[in-house]
Amino acid sequence: MYKAKVNVTLRPSILDPKGKAAHHALQNLGLNAVERVRIGKFIELDVNADSEDNAKEIAEAACSKLLANEVMEDFTIEIE
Amino acid sequence: MATFGVIVFPGSNCDHDAYHAVKHVMNCDVKFLWHKDTDLSGIDFLIVPGGFSYGDYLRSGAIARFSPIMQEVIKFAEKGGPVMGICNGFQILLEAGLIPGAMMHNHKLRFVCKNVFIRCETTNSLFTSGLTNGQVFDIPVSHGEGNYFINEEGLKSLQDNDQVLFRYSDINGNLTEEANFNGSINHIAGITNTGRNVLGMMPHPERAMEKILGSEDGKPIFDSILNSLSIA
Repeated sequence: MYKAKVNVTLRPSILDPKGKAAHHALQNLGLNAVERVRIGKFIELDVNADSEDNAKEIAEAACSKLLANEVMEDFTIEIE
Repeated sequence: MATFGVIVFPGSNCDHDAYHAVKHVMNCDVKFLWHKDTDLSGIDFLIVPGGFSYGDYLRSGAIARFSPIMQEVIKFAEKGGPVMGICNGFQILLEAGLIPGAMMHNHKLRFVCKNVFIRCETTNSLFTSGLTNGQVFDIPVSHGEGNYFINEEGLKSLQDNDQVLFRYSDINGNLTEEANFNGSINHIAGITNTGRNVLGMMPHPERAMEKILGSEDGKPIFDSILNSLSIA
């Protein structure tokens, strides 16, 4: 059994209003060193596969078919 | 007489508005179609209604798009069958790839529920054939994720192919920044596919069918549809 750790993030060109709102709140807290906030999703998949490559392939299919909308999002996968 | 089908997902909440609009205002036959159904026989026009299908989990429309009935809706649309997605229905049709683009959170992050003005951009579609170019309609919106996005190339192709049917405007039809309350690219409120048989729109014409309920500006859109169906 492999664990696939998936990060789904908005593409850099896409405005992230939630990130902006969180950034604003951090500034109100005095954490002015934080210059930018981008919010994405973290998804964990337990994958029953025979190899790491196979697990990655399955996770990639899951991302491109459902977990990420590639019109506006990118994803990265880490297999453990 | 045309028979309409209104799809019902767990979490749909404008299905009854759509049913009422078609059945009691337009006097047409209409059937509810459960998301697990796969039989669209006898249906001439499909409405994918608004709501929060599957709780909007993951992304609005992302889960609904894989429900059994959507596989039939995709086949129906690919054969040229007319489909109208309203609000969450629009989001589902985007996720299904029947129309291009994606929906982001409204740029000011607020859920917006109010009447807005939309401008008819082209009469070249079965949904808008009875309207006039530049005509303005008073139609309610009710969404948190209606900030339409498409990349530059996609936007150009939408414009080149005359696929934008409605834009957010002010009462006089001007595309002011204020009128574009959700931040949609190019003020886009409703688009069609290249086959011109699928419409996705965020505003709710089915909730603007009777004067006593605030506005009847949605009716001309349904008049257009019925007229187009009777000619076809």
